[in-house]
Amino acid sequence: MELIYEKSRPGRRAGRVPPAELPVPELPDELRRRQPPRLPEVSEPELVRHFTALADRTFGIDTGFYPLGSCTMKHNPRVNERVVELPGFRDLHPHQEEEGAQGALELMWNLQEILAEIAGLPAVTLQPAAGSQGELTGLMLMRAYFADRGEERDTVITADTAHGTNPASVTMAGYKLAKVETDARGDVDVDHLRTLVDDRTAGLMLTNPSTLGLFDENIEEVARVFHDTGALLYYDGANLNAVCGISRPGDMGFDIVHFNLHKTFSQPHGGGGPGGGPLAVRDRLAPFLPAPAITRDGDRFRLEFDKPKSIGRVRGFYGPFGVFVRSYAFMRAYGPELKEMSDAAVLNANYLLARLRDAYELPFDRLCMHEFVLSARRLKREYGITALDVAKRLMDYGFHPPTIYFPLVVPEALMIEPTETETKETLDAFADAMNAIAREAAEEPELLKEAPHDRPVQRLDEVKAAKQAVVKYAFDEHDDVPAEPAAAGAADAPKGV
Amino acid sequence: MGYLSLTPADREEMLATIGVASLEDLFADIPTGVRFGRALDVPPALTEQELVEHLSELAARNVHTGAELSFLGAGIYDHYVPAVVDAVLSRGELLTAYTPYQPEMSQGVLQAIFEYQTAICELTGLDVSNASGYDGTTVAADACYVAKHATGKSKVVVAEALNPQVRQVVKTYAPGFGLEVVEVPHRAGVTDANEFGEAAQDAACAIFGQPNFFGCLERAPELVEAAEDAGALAVAHVDPMSLGLLEAPGRYGCALAAGEGQPAGNYLSYGGPHYGFLAARTDLVRRMPGRIVGETTDTAGDRGYVLTLQTREQHIRREKATSNITTNQTLLALAGLIYLSWLGPQGLREVGETCLALGEYAKQALTDAGVELLFPGEATFKEFAIRVGRPAREAIRAAREQGVHPGYALGRDYQGMDDVLLVCVTEKRTKADVDRLAEVVAQWN
Repeated sequence: MELIYEKSRPGRRAGRVPPAELPVPELPDELRRRQPPRLPEVSEPELVRHFTALADRTFGIDTGFYPLGSCTMKHNPRVNERVVELPGFRDLHPHQEEEGAQGALELMWNLQEILAEIAGLPAVTLQPAAGSQGELTGLMLMRAYFADRGEERDTVITADTAHGTNPASVTMAGYKLAKVETDARGDVDVDHLRTLVDDRTAGLMLTNPSTLGLFDENIEEVARVFHDTGALLYYDGANLNAVCGISRPGDMGFDIVHFNLHKTFSQPHGGGGPGGGPLAVRDRLAPFLPAPAITRDGDRFRLEFDKPKSIGRVRGFYGPFGVFVRSYAFMRAYGPELKEMSDAAVLNANYLLARLRDAYELPFDRLCMHEFVLSARRLKREYGITALDVAKRLMDYGFHPPTIYFPLVVPEALMIEPTETETKETLDAFADAMNAIAREAAEEPELLKEAPHDRPVQRLDEVKAAKQAVVKYAFDEHDDVPAEPAAAGAADAPKGV
Repeated sequence: MGYLSLTPADREEMLATIGVASLEDLFADIPTGVRFGRALDVPPALTEQELVEHLSELAARNVHTGAELSFLGAGIYDHYVPAVVDAVLSRGELLTAYTPYQPEMSQGVLQAIFEYQTAICELTGLDVSNASGYDGTTVAADACYVAKHATGKSKVVVAEALNPQVRQVVKTYAPGFGLEVVEVPHRAGVTDANEFGEAAQDAACAIFGQPNFFGCLERAPELVEAAEDAGALAVAHVDPMSLGLLEAPGRYGCALAAGEGQPAGNYLSYGGPHYGFLAARTDLVRRMPGRIVGETTDTAGDRGYVLTLQTREQHIRREKATSNITTNQTLLALAGLIYLSWLGPQGLREVGETCLALGEYAKQALTDAGVELLFPGEATFKEFAIRVGRPAREAIRAAREQGVHPGYALGRDYQGMDDVLLVCVTEKRTKADVDRLAEVVAQWN
């Protein structure tokens, strides 16, 4: 398919701008643009067709089943898109005076209250733009908290099953990283943990249920190990969809929790974003939360900028407000029955697991929570079929593949998260396809190796992409960036999460 | 609950297949001490109709730009968003997909990001753009992280005339990055190149806004030359809507350019979600944060697109990654691409000219109405600062009673500016709108 730049013709255009009908002042000569940017020159009909064609070549939740593990690809209710377009939300300037934004502030206040109840922690900031920024903000809170207490702590521990964001956030926050191993049941290895924790430990970052889809049975002991040394526990909320109204991070012993509004609370994923990454914390961490904070004074809602111990601002304004509108609408549609959401997510996952456990290997033989991890190791050993081949063949059956090659502790991992919104019929069709693929691996392995067969493109050369690094349209010249040094974009790199 | 799909019969059958007696049995691994023993104390469930009523009631208590004649800008701008943007973004495939990890399923979104990257490179005159950052503030912090690793230096310089929120976010990130932040004061609304260069000695990078927060046009080429002479990477924080008229930062020597994408294609939305853009010179590509899409071929030799240069990223490099960013702002960046394609180069230039012309007219009309320009000698784009001879907050209150929001109170961020308003004029305002503002302003004398 042609790029929009290849469809461009000089002089063609879609939009018309109201002319000022006033003299245009001269700009200082040294600041004036010499060559116009080569933006597309297309008419509106072409524009609409172009992006419609791009939509046609994209698979979303609206298209079909999308069990991308740890990403919680649930149905996005359409009423949320309607309410976010109300002019009072959509066209509200963020510098509007507080008295002209009371509805927006009340919505954010209400959202904070619900998040605090779900987390079991009292103080909330809505500012972080996504889960990863929530992580970084949480680590900044740890730094500020210990600095305020005059304690020097320099290390944060993450699990070997952790999302890559955890260790990356640790580095960005200026901490040293230590890694705790997973035990034979898939829980944090508490004995190993004890050897890592001392008075230099600032905290632990943990996902619970873990990226293996398992609830950590030792969570109370894990919390004790940290709290005994004065360290803090950070809850990566990526998997919160399993436990809303069932178990609260604050009750598990976590001090700082981030939410992923685009996962648990149905902000559409938008082809990669936007997201929302609010934090809930214990009272003793509240003074360090980003400014401004939203406060309530009777019926009036205010923005509090004067927070002397605050870590400061982590993004512009108050957070991704449009995401708040959608997530708030989602939560209000459920009310206290949010627990039914998590119940159904866990039931769906366990049902799929029961239907797939014979054809694939299950590294930890337990009931799962909202997702589970299978291994295609046997298929690889016996037939040379990899998790990637299984994923590509699933496309032929009309499904988006699960997350693969993650978590790293499971070889040939297939990480499957069905979410609560799917029907039993869909789960059965997916299980039938997965089981058929396991048979095909033995009988017709070429079918898998050559998959996908009916997508707009066949398998793409990721190594070539990294080597030549063509990252923009070349127009007349080829302005390539230097080649990737290592063997990058390897086929077995994590795909998902 | 209409968002759930299982019938009671489904549930029974599924539990039997799993081999457990009840739903509760599925949660056996959760220690009893951490189980939540009651119902969530949250407001009761609403039907869709009730939900719309409740949210409409909240929305009605906000004064939006359709209900008040607004001259607010200060980082977020009321430009026109064409219908094609809404139409494309409502396509469920684009709305409800996620990061294109499986390229065969996501050629559409991958190609769109590739086209977006191209547009950002064209606007900024640089070689590589990522797929978007969170907003215009965080991409500035990203630029500092790139510069720190590229230069090995641990100081960053920011012009005081740069957007205060951008400076605040850089300062919040700096301790974790091991960076010290130094500010260079403005001199009558613009940054002095000598002072900027002085401060940039031993710095990883030096950042300025173009236009700056006062709407004034910096002598950008001089600032860049001073920073580069001092051995620091020059970073321009730019308004995309200015780049049909103003020279591209890459063309006057910037190593990096960053900015808030909102003016190009996103609604105001009370400050988010929007997209931040970040572009760099070729030699910095391996330090770039976030997703980057590259061109390649499939097994049949046909052209296609994939996420590339992934060895920079957290899911592969973990603690050695160039950033922790995962979820970005793709949908908002897509809106930007559609908007820029709708405008084309000529349209972008025309929007800029309309803003310039109206701004100049507004400066004249308001000074005729009796207020002073704070920085009278400076060329401006979209915004300018006026002294109103009374506390700005009071002026805002008085004007709002007449249905006009006259601008942003600069005293919130700068000392000695308690009586200063930052007035913003985009192509959505008209000559008559400006005349109305002048009428209101005339009453202040």
